[in-house]
Amino acid sequence: MNKKLSLRNAGTFLVFGGPSILAFTAVVIIPFIVGLYLTFTNWDVRTGDSSLIGFANYVEVFRDKVFLNQLWFTLKYVFFTVVIANLFAFFIALALSRGGKGEQWLRTGFFTPNLVGGIVLGYLWQTLFSQVLPYLGNKYGWSLFQTSWLTDTGTAFWALIIATAWQLVGYLMIIYIAGFTSVPGDVLEAASIDGAGRASVIRKIILPLTVPAIVICIFISLSRSFLTYDINLALTKGGPFNSTELATYHIVQKAFLSNQYGVGQAEAVVLFAVVAVIALTQSYLLKKLEVES
Amino acid sequence: MTNQRIFAGFKTGLLYVLLLAFLTPFLLIIMNSFKSTQQFFESPLSLPTSIHFGNYASAFKNMDFLQGFMNSLIITGVSVAIIIIFSAMTGYLFVRFKWKVNGVIFFLMLASMALPFQVLMIPMVMLYGNMGLLNTKLTLLFMYLGFGVPFGVFTFHGFIKGIPYELEESAFIEGSSTLRTFFSIVLPLLKPVFVTLLVLDVLWIWNDYLLPSLVLLSPDQKTLPLSTYTFFSSYSVDYAPLMAGLIMTIIPVLIIYLFLQKQIIKGITEGALK
Repeated sequence: MNKKLSLRNAGTFLVFGGPSILAFTAVVIIPFIVGLYLTFTNWDVRTGDSSLIGFANYVEVFRDKVFLNQLWFTLKYVFFTVVIANLFAFFIALALSRGGKGEQWLRTGFFTPNLVGGIVLGYLWQTLFSQVLPYLGNKYGWSLFQTSWLTDTGTAFWALIIATAWQLVGYLMIIYIAGFTSVPGDVLEAASIDGAGRASVIRKIILPLTVPAIVICIFISLSRSFLTYDINLALTKGGPFNSTELATYHIVQKAFLSNQYGVGQAEAVVLFAVVAVIALTQSYLLKKLEVES
Repeated sequence: MTNQRIFAGFKTGLLYVLLLAFLTPFLLIIMNSFKSTQQFFESPLSLPTSIHFGNYASAFKNMDFLQGFMNSLIITGVSVAIIIIFSAMTGYLFVRFKWKVNGVIFFLMLASMALPFQVLMIPMVMLYGNMGLLNTKLTLLFMYLGFGVPFGVFTFHGFIKGIPYELEESAFIEGSSTLRTFFSIVLPLLKPVFVTLLVLDVLWIWNDYLLPSLVLLSPDQKTLPLSTYTFFSSYSVDYAPLMAGLIMTIIPVLIIYLFLQKQIIKGITEGALK
């Protein structure tokens, strides 16, 4: 099996690996390398001129108040989305993992928003926020809903979080359910014989034993919300007055509308670094809480 | 005992109420897609007094639903098929032939899964734009293959490792080629992984907006998410047909979901825990 890679074997390599390795290299590896190079140039789309300018693009990124604001906005958005989506998902999963009647249907139901892509989801909530809620607000005199949430920076922020979390909940719920079913039944039984209350069972047994699921769920919700683009585009279009532009939205605008490829790419690299640091820190911290059952 | 039963029943009831509240956005959009825009503005919460199918007809025509649907169908179908078949072959190659270069490429693929699309999109559009390769389905299919391969190879790799080599060995002794052995003996064993990948890749590609929006530029190439975007941007006040359009884009996936819900949920679980 450990035959040397000879001419005859090269055929096997090309047939079995050729198409996928070619596509992977052309779509991931080469753009990644070119992308890093791009951040050090002042490449101009219209003239095609480009020269090395060192770290100027990165300096620009950290000097750009707008981008830094939007990065901060993105961080807040990610934080609330992750916390809200995970809390709901955790408790719904808890209620849906004890083999009761109709659980299958309930799980199916809670998962449905994930069938819908971000664009459709964004417009669906846009219709609700801009039409249905103001109607309710005016009819019953609820001042909270009287004007569309999408026309005010503060409320548009929450609209964005609600729409994203709504979709994430079902997805995370599925993973939490898988995590809960791996908690051994005899441990739970022993706890209830010992007279442990529901709350302390959750806190002392279920939580520590489902740390792997929690790590995965937080990781997934972190990376998905950091990279939100289409919900943002469909729901608020970055408005009012560019106040709800999430980082990805900003990068797409920068690169493809204002043709600043180098700066846009440097922003993307910075965003990637932020996501990586946060994701690694959270999984490192949580992993320390992990126990053996 | 009965008390406990009542309590359990109460809890299930409560969960159904919660689910109903959770799905209200869908229900409201469905209900209002049958009203006239005027009626929707006046009373978005009441049941429609008469059923307007006209919204659906108007959305179908104005968003070029059929064209978007066919484009989405072709792109999703072909990319998922090539991702699965080529990842399976490469996964097999990496498990059974332990050449140094295989290990290096496998490692690169694993590492690349942590890369967000946003880091690749600008150079990708630049490179493929310079070569004049944008605006064709073929390029998009190739890109989906490239992005889908790492996870596919990783998943198949894990599964193929668990398959005993004896089956293939006896085929080799009888003179079967590697290719034939793979297709007639290994491939049929990979069914469970197929389903997982199929589910995850279909949901991803069918609903994807950003990549097609960067690659497909001409109107006749549009996928459903792109047509939805155009439709909303140009019709932004006529809500009734817009809502009908939303429902129509959801229906295809919903039908698949109703048939495959068990596999979809299993696919998500396995995909996430890997």
